[in-house]
Amino acid sequence: MSFLAIEHAVKQFGGLRAVDDVSFSLKRGEIVGLLGPNGSGKTTLINLISGALPASAGTITLNGQQLTGLRRDKIARCGVARTFQLVRILPSLTLIENVKIPAVFGHKAHWGAAAERVAKDALAMVGLSERATMSAGDLTYIDQKRLELARALAAEPELLLLDEWLAGLNPTELEEGIKLISELRDSGLTILMVEHIIDAVRALCPRVVVMNSGKLIADEQTDKALTDPAVVTAYLGEDVDA
Amino acid sequence: MTKLIIPLLALVALAFAPNFVSAYGLGLLIGAATYVTLASAWALFSGHTHYVSLATVAFYGTGAYCMAVLNEALPYWAVLLCAGGIGATMAALVGLSTLRLQGVYFVIFSFGLAELVRQLITWYEVNVTGTLGRYIFLDISARDIYWQMLALGAATIALTAWIHRSRLGMALRVIGDDEAVAAHSGINLARVKLIAFVLSAVILTLAGAITSPRYVYVEPAIVFNPTVSFLTVIMALLGGANRLWGPALGAVPLFLVFEWLSTNFPDSYPIFMGLLFIGVVFLLPDGILAGIEKLRARRKVQS
Repeated sequence: MSFLAIEHAVKQFGGLRAVDDVSFSLKRGEIVGLLGPNGSGKTTLINLISGALPASAGTITLNGQQLTGLRRDKIARCGVARTFQLVRILPSLTLIENVKIPAVFGHKAHWGAAAERVAKDALAMVGLSERATMSAGDLTYIDQKRLELARALAAEPELLLLDEWLAGLNPTELEEGIKLISELRDSGLTILMVEHIIDAVRALCPRVVVMNSGKLIADEQTDKALTDPAVVTAYLGEDVDA
Repeated sequence: MTKLIIPLLALVALAFAPNFVSAYGLGLLIGAATYVTLASAWALFSGHTHYVSLATVAFYGTGAYCMAVLNEALPYWAVLLCAGGIGATMAALVGLSTLRLQGVYFVIFSFGLAELVRQLITWYEVNVTGTLGRYIFLDISARDIYWQMLALGAATIALTAWIHRSRLGMALRVIGDDEAVAAHSGINLARVKLIAFVLSAVILTLAGAITSPRYVYVEPAIVFNPTVSFLTVIMALLGGANRLWGPALGAVPLFLVFEWLSTNFPDSYPIFMGLLFIGVVFLLPDGILAGIEKLRARRKVQS
């Protein structure tokens, strides 16, 4: 039984079909990479699942509960957490406050000591515990990314959507980042991650789905997909000599 | 504990203040209490969300008009109840349709709302009732008005303190920083903004109703004077709109300064007002309280 089911999802912007009849599903505890060249509709699909944009057609369900048509905050309370392609933190709040927000308003709706504990655990997970009372606006870019992940984790989500969370990291940070996500995977969290760094995808995701011009062009094992002619063509273009 | 004792002692002292001042002094006390209430109520919604509202006078004036229209038909307390209800209804209707506007659009809209209400009432009075001005003759002393306003102001600050510690206050702060993050964290944006906007509007309307007998003669141009909205904003900003005591701290000195300017320079005082606006925004964008904190932090670093 599929945990996240996307059925014939469509997003139309005027004459452009950014997401064009996309269907696939994730099992509980599965980690799947969402690949595709720039502008292929990956972030739009993430936005449809998290409710940032309403779908033009199709249905998305999580554990049998329909997400399409719900407001963003309701979807969040159904257990969907996300990070943003362009990192979004709450600059005037401290780190611990940033992380406490989804613990308080998310689907577990903690308050007081319980919220504090969830927030502290999430900060510890990404290694920001010592700076808990710092202002989030003073963080470096990589630490802002960590904070954003901690915030998503503090929601104690059922489904985590990562939108190029590993982008912009240096090799050491990338290694740490991959380790962190693999720990999340091992804890049983269901993850759908948009990612361009192929090494990370190979290391983390046994299965990938690939989009091009809004359409789903592959849904298979990672090794197979990366040598799939359709996928290679989508990334590199047609071979003119062929 | 001391955090509670000092404000309570101050409140008791202020309650006895009318015994020691002249009639003019009592007038100043009423004015200061009114602006402390207005600025604190404004900040209750706008302080954390950064939705700069210029609709203060729309509610304030509506409250005053409620008193002018209803004071002969209903007992005083019932008029206040009506004013609160009308303010809440108005804020709920307006809020539902416009709180999705952001930034400058909301500012312009809120300013337009005040003008719209003023023009509507003017139109109604001219075309339907046929009298533009109304008199408020109430058997209520200046002291009573002062005590009521003092109580409303204290209640506003107490309510703000409570909100700061509640989930509502937390949600308002997140909305002020990033609405997208707020929504994706599970915050119901429309509901949170609406609750705060309505609470703030009820207080503003009550303030207008309570202070209105002081005017004796009421007409739209008087009670819907946009200067009230601007003053409220600048007072809250001067003190620090996102601090509990910020609006009160900004309201008292600015009210006294404007009072002094308007009696001594009745023709040119708007010029000073404009200069003060610019000065506050340039020099203390986050308010006095934040400025003091920054100064202290700098001294600590130096020593």
